[in-house]
Amino acid sequence: MAKTLYDKLWDAHVVRQNDDGSSLIYIDRQLVHEVTSPQAFEGLRLAGRKPWRVDANLATPDHNVPTTGQAAGVAGITDPVSRLQVETLDSNCDEFGITEFKMNDPRQGIVHVVGPEQGATLPGMTVVCGDSHTSTHGALGALAHGIGTSEVEHVMATQCLIQKKSRNMLVRVNGKVGPGVDAKDIVLAIIGKTGTAGGTGYAIEFAGEAITDLSVEGRMTVCNMAIEAGARAGMVAVDDKTIDYVKGRPYAPSADQWDAAVANWADLHSDDDARFDVVIELNAAEIQPQVTWGTSPEMVVAIGDKVPDPDAETDAVKRIGMEKALAYMGLEANTPINEIAVDKVFIGSCTNSRIEDMRAAAAVAKGRKVADNVMLALVVPGSGLVKRQAEAEGLDKIFVAAGFEWREPGCSMCLAMNADRLEPGERCASTSNRNFEGRQGQGGRTHLVGPAMAAAAAIAGHFADVRELD
Amino acid sequence: MKKFITLNGLVAPLDRPNVDTDAIIPKQFLKSIKRSGFGPNLFDEWRYLDQGEPGVDNSKRPLNPDFVLNQGRYQGAQVLLGRDNFGCGSSREHAPWALEDYGFRCVIASGFADIFYNNCFKNGILPIVLGAAIIEQLFKETEANEGYSLNVDLPEQKVATPAGESFAFEVDEFRKYCLLNGLDDIGLTLQRVDDIKIYEQKRKVEAPWLF
Repeated sequence: MAKTLYDKLWDAHVVRQNDDGSSLIYIDRQLVHEVTSPQAFEGLRLAGRKPWRVDANLATPDHNVPTTGQAAGVAGITDPVSRLQVETLDSNCDEFGITEFKMNDPRQGIVHVVGPEQGATLPGMTVVCGDSHTSTHGALGALAHGIGTSEVEHVMATQCLIQKKSRNMLVRVNGKVGPGVDAKDIVLAIIGKTGTAGGTGYAIEFAGEAITDLSVEGRMTVCNMAIEAGARAGMVAVDDKTIDYVKGRPYAPSADQWDAAVANWADLHSDDDARFDVVIELNAAEIQPQVTWGTSPEMVVAIGDKVPDPDAETDAVKRIGMEKALAYMGLEANTPINEIAVDKVFIGSCTNSRIEDMRAAAAVAKGRKVADNVMLALVVPGSGLVKRQAEAEGLDKIFVAAGFEWREPGCSMCLAMNADRLEPGERCASTSNRNFEGRQGQGGRTHLVGPAMAAAAAIAGHFADVRELD
Repeated sequence: MKKFITLNGLVAPLDRPNVDTDAIIPKQFLKSIKRSGFGPNLFDEWRYLDQGEPGVDNSKRPLNPDFVLNQGRYQGAQVLLGRDNFGCGSSREHAPWALEDYGFRCVIASGFADIFYNNCFKNGILPIVLGAAIIEQLFKETEANEGYSLNVDLPEQKVATPAGESFAFEVDEFRKYCLLNGLDDIGLTLQRVDDIKIYEQKRKVEAPWLF
C-alpha cells in the first residue's frame, strides 16, 4: 500500500502494537536541555532506574544561558535560580554519563540548532526533546516532536514512547516565491491559512516547489513552526540537499556506513499515490513578507497590509480574541503595518539563528545604521559554531558597525528566561516563533518576522518592506 | 500519580481561546528544578497586578480583581472550563503541574493542543473535549449560577450538569486505564523489555549507524 513519509517513519519505529490502538514507538535520539529535564532525572533516581541507552541522549544548556560573558561558564550566570538549573543539568549529565556540550564548549547552543549541526539528528530518525520546537528536525526527513517531562523520563528509562498515530496532512506550497520572501514568510503564511489549531492531531508534511527550493536550514525554519500550526511534527522529504547537508558532520554515519545509510534514506518521501487525510495548498507567488500583529502566530498579515478590524469579524469568539489582542498590543485597527514603530529588535531563536539567517540579516544591515528610536537590536547566533562561522565571514563586524549588538549563543529573548527581555509596553520585531502575551517579557509586544525583515525594521525604526529599503 | 475516577467539582470559566502554556505558567517559574509548588503562579500575569518572580511571597502580591480565579465565587474550583486550542504553545509540563498544584483536576474545553493534552494524563488531570455548542452552554450556566458544579465520571465517560443533563466524552482506552489506576506508565513499558530488545536487534542490522 502507498505510504506517506510519516507512515514510513512511524512503521519503521513500531516496537509493539497494542490492542487499545496505542503503539510502543522506539526513539533514536533524545535532545536534553536544562529546563525540562531536572524532574526527569530526579524521577530516574527516585525509581533507581538508569538510562536505557546513554548514547541516544545529547544535552546542552540553552534557555537560561546569558548571551554575554559565557567564557566564565556556569559561574558567570548572575541569576542564582538560572545558575542552579544549568548546574543541575551539568551534574545530572555527569552522573548518568550523558554527553553534554557545556557552556564553555564551542558546540554549545540551542538544542534545535546543535542537533542538525552535529549530525546528531538524521534522516529516518525519531527525535524527541522536552521542547515543542523539536519539530525543527523534521526538515531532515525525521519524525521529530516535543514531549513533556514525564515523557522525557519515559524515553530515558525505556528508549520508547507510548503513542497513538497522528493523521496525515500535506501542506503543498506550489510555484516559486518572489525575491525577498523567505522560509519564515512561507511558514507564517501557512499558519495564517491553517490557524494555530489547524494542524492539531496531524503530522504535517511540507512539500511543493517553494519548499524543495529552500535550503535545509530554510526547511528547518518551516518545520520549527509546525507546532505553531498545532501539529507536533512537521517534516520534509529527503532529497540531495538533505544528504549533502548531513555528510561529514561529527555524528553522521561513518564512511563505511555512509552508502548504506544514503540508500536507506532514498525511500524517505511519500509515495506518489499516498493518501493524506487533509491537503492544503498555497500559491508561493502570492506570499509576501509577513508580520504578525496580534498575540497568536495566526494573527498575521503581509507587510503592505493594515492591522485588521475586529468589527469586520463575524465570529463573536474570534472578534473578542482580536479585540483583546489589539488592546494588549497597543494597536489601532486599520493602522498600516509599515507605520508601526519598534523599540527593540531580536534576531535569533531556534527558528532563525543559523548561519543563513545571520547572512540574510547582515545583507540588510551592511552599510546601514540602526534607527535612533530603536534602543536595542540584538543578534544572537544559535550555537558557538554558528557564531564562529559568522565571525569568519565578518558578519559580526557588519552588525556592530550598523549598531546591532553581537551576542553569544542561546535561546535569549525568544522566551526571556535569561536577562534579555522586553520591558512592559515595549514593541519588538522578532525572528522567534511565538507572539504570546508576555512571551518576551511581561507586557512586551512581539511581532514575528523573518531575519531580513527584522533587520529592515531595525534600520527603518518601524516595519518596512525589505524589498523596498533605500 | 493521583487516580482520577469521579469528581464533583466547582467550575471556573476561562473565557478565551488559545490559552497558551506561557500564560498558564510564565517562563521565570520554569527555572525550578522541582515538580511541585507552581500553583501560586498559575496564570501569574493575569492573576496579579505586579510582575512575579520566583522566590517572592505570592500572598503579599496585589491581585487583579478582574481575573476570574480571583473572584470569591470560584475559590476552590476543581474544574476549569476553556475554549478552543487550550494549552497551545510550549511543551512545558509545568503547565499541568501548576493547574494540579492549584487544585484543578479536570479541564473541559472545545479543543486542546496535543502536547498539553498528553501531559495532563501524566499528572492525574482529565482533559475533556466537548462540542462548541455544549461548551457555550456550560459557560452560560456557570456564569449564571453561583456554586455551579459538574459531575465528571471517567468510568462512564460522562459529564453531568446539576440539572441532570449529561454529555458523553471520548478518551483513549490506555490513558483511561492509567488515570483510573494512577499508574506510572514507565513501569508498564518496562514489562515490554523483550519487545524493545528484539526491535533493537533488528534495527542494528537494518540501520547500524543509529547505534
